Amino acid sequence: MRGTTCNLDYDLPTLELRGLHKSFGQLDVLRGIDLKVAQSELVFVVGPSGSGKSTMLRCCNRLEEPSAGEVLLEGVSIAGARVDLNTVRQRIGMVFQAFNLYPHLSARKNVTLALRKVQGLRKKNADEIALAALDRVGLSDKADSYPSELSGGQQQRVAIARALALEPQVMLFDEPTSALDPELVGDVLEVMRDMKSAGITMLVVSHEMNFARDAADRIIFMDQGKIVEQGPPKEIFEAPRNERTRVFLSRVMGS
Amino acid sequence: MSQWERFVDTFLNRAVLAQYAPDILKGVWVTIELSLMIVVIGTFLGTVLALIRAYEIRILTGFIVVFADVFRALPPLVLILIIFFGLPNAGIFLSSFLVLFLVLMLILAAFSEEIIWAGITSVDRGQWEASRSTGLGFSQSLIWVVLPQAMRLAIPPLTNRAIAITKMTALGTVIGVPDILNQATTAQSFSGNASPLMLAAMAYVLLFLPLVIMSRWLEHKFAWRKA
Repeated sequence: MRGTTCNLDYDLPTLELRGLHKSFGQLDVLRGIDLKVAQSELVFVVGPSGSGKSTMLRCCNRLEEPSAGEVLLEGVSIAGARVDLNTVRQRIGMVFQAFNLYPHLSARKNVTLALRKVQGLRKKNADEIALAALDRVGLSDKADSYPSELSGGQQQRVAIARALALEPQVMLFDEPTSALDPELVGDVLEVMRDMKSAGITMLVVSHEMNFARDAADRIIFMDQGKIVEQGPPKEIFEAPRNERTRVFLSRVMGS
Repeated sequence: MSQWERFVDTFLNRAVLAQYAPDILKGVWVTIELSLMIVVIGTFLGTVLALIRAYEIRILTGFIVVFADVFRALPPLVLILIIFFGLPNAGIFLSSFLVLFLVLMLILAAFSEEIIWAGITSVDRGQWEASRSTGLGFSQSLIWVVLPQAMRLAIPPLTNRAIAITKMTALGTVIGVPDILNQATTAQSFSGNASPLMLAAMAYVLLFLPLVIMSRWLEHKFAWRKA
């Protein structure tokens, strides 16, 4: 289970899921997930809809409360009684399918809100960090635009900047390009590629198979609440061992 | 005297108008003062109640819902009469001005609580999730992310409701609040002429028409810039 680009250390993973279960009433959505994400690793999660990918991601920062199992950030459980959830969440960035930018705030203020209200930074300081983050996603010229004035791709990049500005240990992406027009997908993927080069740890749920093939360190294939198969992209895409993986991939890859 | 002249003499008698205009103007100030107090304090209280309701603490929610439903259901005049004529029997004496203010303020608070609560619940769940995922707490998310969006949705219906309720300050005439209508009815009975009532009507139009126009403008402005 070695990455393709660099040496990844799984002895002290940045993010670890241990025996994660989640059920909604009678429905078992996650049925025992074990996963380690090493520092600077880009882990790509694929699988049919309803396989539990998004739920798994949402358990990582407790937007969904796991029914059983543990989530560890740098070796420390994020569910402990002494853990301040709001502090932990600052260290886990999340990007949503629907962007979820605050429509009443400018791009800059979308980024500075948590810096000011949670980290207690002064306006000047927060503005500097926000502009640097917006610059990183190529949108420093849109700092004073409101979300309604931005394209979908730009909105998603502002959302990425909002998460990045908090300098998280790991970034979670929940289908970040699924709501975008095809011609806008490239810009967002470009930003993610830059983040990968900068060594940011990422756990990505997405259907962008071409991106997965050349940017991911590891592909996770999920089905029915379990990890069915995992490995480097080359292995998964060219020689999947599991029948369900094969069926899924042939369906989404077309040929 | 022709029919027309008699009509003008009854409703637009210049001498009567001139004589009682100062009294009506005094009434205008009372109405303005009352209206401002009702709108500012009533919507503030309504906002606070809607925010408290967002915490979903059962006892408090129950109290707020009962308050909002009762005050929206009761005709204001009934409340005004009960409090003004009833409380003195229990040894509590409130001025007519205070009674009118309290009743209308509480009714506006009840309506605005419901309107703002509806706004809060209609803010997309993703807004909460985005804000919580960056480490903002429940209260911080409510105040900085959800409430501003809820207010945006609430402002047009809130403006309409505020106009409807401040107009009811005219009910104060029944318990002797010296507002526009009270001044006018007093003047009308002294002069035996309806011109003061016409003057009162004009004062109400001048006072409320700009607000009505503003509410239409607000409705238009907020209709197409939601998300």
